[in-house]
Amino acid sequence: MRSVCLYFQVHQPFRLRTYRFFNIGQDHYYYDDYQNRHIIRRVAEKCYLPANRMMLQLINEFGKAFKISYSISGTALDQFEQYTPEVIDSFRMLAATGCVEFISETEYHSLACLGNEKEFIRQVEMHTQRIETLFSQKPQTFRNSELIYSDSIGETIGNMGFHTMLTEGAKHILGWKSPNYIYCNNLNPKLRVLLRNFRLSDDMSFRFSEQKWSEWPLTADKFVGWLNTMDPHEEVLNLFMDYETIGEHQQKETGIFDFFYHLPKAVFTNSNFSFATPEELYQRLQPMGAISVPYAISWADEERDLTAWKGNDLQAEALSKLYSLSDDISKCNDPVILRDWGYLQSSNHFYYMSTKWFSAGEIHKNFNPYGSPYDAFINYMNAISDFSIRVEECVNATGKLTDETTSAEKPKKVKKVVKSSPKKAATAKKSASVKKPASVKKAKK
Amino acid sequence: MKVLMFGWEFPPHITGGLGTACFGLTKGLAKHGVEVVFVVPKSFGDEPQEGFKLINASDIELDFTQTLTREFREKISYMEVGSNLVPYLDPEEFERWYSEEVIENKPETHSVYTRKYQFSGKYGSNLMEEVSRYALVALSVAASVEYDVIHAHDWLTYAAGIAAKKISGKPLVVHVHATEFDRSGENVNKVVYEIERNGMEAADRVITVSNFTRQIVIERYGIPAEKVFTVHNAVEPVDKPDQDDVTKHVREKIVTFLGRVTYQKGPDYFVEAAHKVLQRDPNVRFVMAGSGDLLNRMIRRVAQLKMGTRFHFTGFLAGPEVDHMFAMSDVYVMPSVSEPFGISPLEAMRTNVPVVISKQSGVAEVLQHALKVDFWDIDALADAIYGILHYDGLRKMFAKYGKSEVDSLLWENAALKVLDIYYNATGHNK
Repeated sequence: MRSVCLYFQVHQPFRLRTYRFFNIGQDHYYYDDYQNRHIIRRVAEKCYLPANRMMLQLINEFGKAFKISYSISGTALDQFEQYTPEVIDSFRMLAATGCVEFISETEYHSLACLGNEKEFIRQVEMHTQRIETLFSQKPQTFRNSELIYSDSIGETIGNMGFHTMLTEGAKHILGWKSPNYIYCNNLNPKLRVLLRNFRLSDDMSFRFSEQKWSEWPLTADKFVGWLNTMDPHEEVLNLFMDYETIGEHQQKETGIFDFFYHLPKAVFTNSNFSFATPEELYQRLQPMGAISVPYAISWADEERDLTAWKGNDLQAEALSKLYSLSDDISKCNDPVILRDWGYLQSSNHFYYMSTKWFSAGEIHKNFNPYGSPYDAFINYMNAISDFSIRVEECVNATGKLTDETTSAEKPKKVKKVVKSSPKKAATAKKSASVKKPASVKKAKK
Repeated sequence: MKVLMFGWEFPPHITGGLGTACFGLTKGLAKHGVEVVFVVPKSFGDEPQEGFKLINASDIELDFTQTLTREFREKISYMEVGSNLVPYLDPEEFERWYSEEVIENKPETHSVYTRKYQFSGKYGSNLMEEVSRYALVALSVAASVEYDVIHAHDWLTYAAGIAAKKISGKPLVVHVHATEFDRSGENVNKVVYEIERNGMEAADRVITVSNFTRQIVIERYGIPAEKVFTVHNAVEPVDKPDQDDVTKHVREKIVTFLGRVTYQKGPDYFVEAAHKVLQRDPNVRFVMAGSGDLLNRMIRRVAQLKMGTRFHFTGFLAGPEVDHMFAMSDVYVMPSVSEPFGISPLEAMRTNVPVVISKQSGVAEVLQHALKVDFWDIDALADAIYGILHYDGLRKMFAKYGKSEVDSLLWENAALKVLDIYYNATGHNK
């Protein structure tokens, strides 16, 4: 049986507020609550809620036959919890059907795989645990931020016990091979690798509403017609995309909901394909061979490389500044600092600094709050400058404590030290509600 | 294609960016085989002449037999405005001009009627009279040379352009390098405004130096959008000798403002931003190079903010001093309130100095490797300055891409667009 593997990525970063250099050392709150709340509510209303309703309806309609999978970043989950908890409820309803697989990723949608392996593993474990708690299923499949993958990243993930990892079916790694088979990692053959069919995926996510496109308008029947022209030996069609494709990137008026609503029926009636989740594919199919990816790939741009996040001097400096804090962070146990450490790692911050699209690239304007990559860089560097001061203070404070007191007394002492200065008092208030930056801000006022 | 071009100044005798731009454009046009007859009020004889004719308006004999002339004179000859509204004129310049005028003042104030009039060639308080006389001279030139199209630069020459158009029937292109709104904010000089609007209305095509200015021309002057075209200015590529010999005598980083200290250039925003930066990082020096009617106010404000030891005034700089200043600078700031184009950031970038420019400038439309802020947003301005001083990535990026970006802005390309507009206006085919 041949399978369509539909996977949707759900992610929203904590966008930073305008953080000036004169805030450094004085104001430790970096997030643009208004904008974040506004965007999350808008996208929930236009995409997450109606799309989840539609998926639930389809699953009920086709019994157990319609399968989909999601990964939801930790930063998106945090914001759902704060602003639109109904979105989490609707995902839980989907989880309860048993037809939906939840995939693990890094908690903060970070680039930690490039900066610090220990941190990477920490974030994957965090997220895996969180998904298990929320949706009562232990993720067996992993997708990295931006589908970034290399042999060694895959090896790490394989060693962590994951069955499958998703990545891009980049032309330059495939060569003559087809993305429509299952492969395994080059270093750890136990790990299966699913490759995105970028042509058919992008037909939905990028070209769907493009009226100049020769195939416009795309209908479910036309799409199934294409499935039938695939080589009959090909086993799987991996359609991976942002969930925001449905209703946000492609507005409701383009007919995107109708397309997805009619897709399962068209697949069942007019083709020999069915739907499967990555884990089902793992149980059912054998890999055709290993895929070699010595240098990291991603799903971005023509090049499918990392240059969108670490392609220029701005990004290089910001990333190195960020990950230079890794060692000190490991000595910190202030939950607010750890939260900010995570939020500042989201790949989006580095994406905003990219100078690649000075010439072209409408896609990149999506959700970009900055007028220029230079503005994005300055703002981020201001925030990280403040953050590094806090980390340093935290390490010093912890260091003194261990010198002065026995470990048994430590927790009490921490509180005392925290209260000793007004700045620290603010931090203490924050730690009372770690996951809720909005309420923290109110408390501060 | 032959062009009769009216300008007001030409290198090396310039008081503003207009002369430099005219020079670049004529050179660019010459590369495309366009013949240019350039008329300026007073040529000194040492102007470069390559590929175009420079006519000294002072040498033209006036012929008043034509009725058109009389008509024209009647319309325009009695307009006068005060000197403080004159563009590009800074106090020093005014002082110099004034003494020159007083010393040289011969009883020929009404020399419109003499056969030859000696133009001062500088912006002065009798500018309106000169504008009118220049228009009269234009008629003689227009009748004596061959050309396909008339091209007039800025309002000073619009009257001349209109006159030439009337006598020859050739299409008129007016080139807007600045408008009265840029120079004076909302308190526009009505007379200048009228001259500008008449020129643009009489013109067959209007060229603006930026979309920013194009918008002003359309909205404030009511000119139909379809005849207004943007041709961004360019810069002359120069092979400057290495600036390594310039020694900086202070350890601190230097942030520079260079330009006329007038309302249009936004010097006050620079001062306030400096204050914000210095509060956090005292190891920076700010330099305000230039003079103008706001200079004393700026000096007072700097004293008031108690940053006199970190904020320096150089007065007016020219030629090699400007290059020297750029070579010493770590950041160049142009916080203009309203800048039709603004060529100085390009000069800074050419010497690998990172720039912060206001979004209210035409040059912001062509630059990507520059920090852009709203002129009024002092916080953003201070932040941009601080960013360049403290985050190495910016300096690296600007060093890598800034110079090449500027070098790609060639007058040749700008001239090609202008040539298209000529063809368009004359109805000639290429």
